[in-house]
Amino acid sequence: MKKRLGWFIAGGLLVAALLAGVVSSFASSSPDGLDAAARKGCTFDADDNITGGTCMVQQEQDHQMKDSPLADYGIKGIDNEYLSTGLSGILGVAVTFAIGGGVFWLVRRRGNNGGDNQDNEHTEDHAPSGATSA
Amino acid sequence: MNGVAMHIANGIVNAQVSAIFAAIAAAALAICVWRGRADLDDRLAPMAGLVAAFIFAVQMLNFQVLPGVSGHLLGGTLAVVLVGPWVGALCVSTVLIIQCLLFADGGLTALGLNITNMAVVGTAAGYLLVAGLLRVLPKTPRGVAITAFVASVVSVVVASQAFVLEYALGGTTELNLTTIAGTMAAAHVLIGIGEGLIAAVTVATVARVRPDLVYALRRFRKTASPSPKPAVPAPAVGGAA
Repeated sequence: MKKRLGWFIAGGLLVAALLAGVVSSFASSSPDGLDAAARKGCTFDADDNITGGTCMVQQEQDHQMKDSPLADYGIKGIDNEYLSTGLSGILGVAVTFAIGGGVFWLVRRRGNNGGDNQDNEHTEDHAPSGATSA
Repeated sequence: MNGVAMHIANGIVNAQVSAIFAAIAAAALAICVWRGRADLDDRLAPMAGLVAAFIFAVQMLNFQVLPGVSGHLLGGTLAVVLVGPWVGALCVSTVLIIQCLLFADGGLTALGLNITNMAVVGTAAGYLLVAGLLRVLPKTPRGVAITAFVASVVSVVVASQAFVLEYALGGTTELNLTTIAGTMAAAHVLIGIGEGLIAAVTVATVARVRPDLVYALRRFRKTASPSPKPAVPAPAVGGAA
């Protein structure tokens, strides 16, 4: 990686970390377009339980990962909402860059300009296997 | 819990249809890895990591579009402009997988549905528009910004209708599909406008600072690539039709 590209990537990551770490706390907490459409037709009580009507979310089931320490964009155990959301966002940016960038780096086309011609392993179908966990 | 769920949850679409779309998504991603490797060089690989991280960050920024309704960026068009269609679809998928596994957003059973809508269909629609628009618009920061805006609006609405199709095939509640399609389209036109603005500002900024890092400018510039093949093949839209 050339030095100047490194600075660009670092700058971009800083912007992403600020957006996920600080600005995210001021995001709208209304349900998004999909969620709002899914709730349309039902009435809800204060605890968000369905009290009547017909809507898409009626058959909704729990998330398999609902006990994840980062579930719902917070960090379990941190009560301050800003801190919890912000830190989980920064962590998410870091993990996404590490995993995404790592996999892209591993499957990249080698040799042309990089110069690091290690033993050329064919890892063609290796990368997406994590993507198909459903 | 209020408003933190941003993608399709478990149980909204039945297990069989979810499984079919998981297979479609897996096949599409395999094609994207296969085709994307040709694009992924030492410069694009770190850039793709950054694009994925940036999309993750911006997806957390829900903006109000109607009273009681918000929206967030999906990111397909942004990714297409910066890193190309194949790698772009992989960037959005990476975000969706991490959100599902770590942040419990978007059901695990529904992961194939979410990837099909946002990473495959949304990215494919964005790509077709970007490729088309950049033939007539100037390859400048402004031109690429207008391209990203228009392509984003269309891509988000198309992705929202892919959900309607999935719901028509395997929705777990008897509801009027025309109503759902209308509700989804109306909200997602507005969300698309918001996404378009974010994408336009982002790609214009990158195009100004480092035009060499904008895939759409590199790839579609007449003089740049010696291999003459401007008519680019359409990416996998398997799940769309």
